[in-house]
Amino acid sequence: MPRRKRMRKVVAPPGFRGYKPYGSRHGQKEHVDLHYEEYEAIKLADYDLMNHLEASRLMGVSRATFARVYESARRKIARALVETREIRSVFGHAILDQSWFVCNECQARFNIPHNHVGRHCPICKGKNIHSIKEQL
Amino acid sequence: MNTLISSTGNDLDSGFDLRFGRAGWFCLLNEETGETTFFENENKDASHGAGTKAAEKVVELGADRVISGDFGPRAKELLEKFNIQMVLLTDDSKSIADIIDTIK
Repeated sequence: MPRRKRMRKVVAPPGFRGYKPYGSRHGQKEHVDLHYEEYEAIKLADYDLMNHLEASRLMGVSRATFARVYESARRKIARALVETREIRSVFGHAILDQSWFVCNECQARFNIPHNHVGRHCPICKGKNIHSIKEQL
Repeated sequence: MNTLISSTGNDLDSGFDLRFGRAGWFCLLNEETGETTFFENENKDASHGAGTKAAEKVVELGADRVISGDFGPRAKELLEKFNIQMVLLTDDSKSIADIIDTIK
């Protein structure tokens, strides 16, 4: 079993489900899957103009991992443009910021869906939890 | 409240399974009565879509919460849609009984 991927924090998911080329002479090709964390990497580095270290802290990964995610994102976008492929946004290894929490007692990670009441840890029932965003 | 826990075997002494879609068994716990039922995961060796199928099973069994090690992107999306709480634990040395004890 390969080492599991750490979750990458994403503040907001992309506001689109995909991008499609138009005016292309070629028929439909296989699409490129752009992960949420890759979108976030592009956004932080090239739209919010952060340096990689700041951006990596925000996403909860090391600077080197951030650089890898960012590189993969750029390559996918380049591939889509050059090969006139559709881009689709897919979940990937992201956790969305607001809805995910960590329990300080038992380290369980969990989300709280809208219809659940109370902000406590589902495992140890502790109230000592924080949203992954507050960890920064 | 019903909780589903991914398990490696079909009794309370079996270990917690970190995989969700490819877990061997699922343990459904009724938190009010403390009753547990084990379901075999028939899709554990599926070539694809095991996570999605497992998530569908969760919905079908009427669980409100799932405890596992990790969820794939599609299972996550589905569970989110049905307002099912996902709990991620990283310690696979625990048995199902241990986990049930801690959530009681």
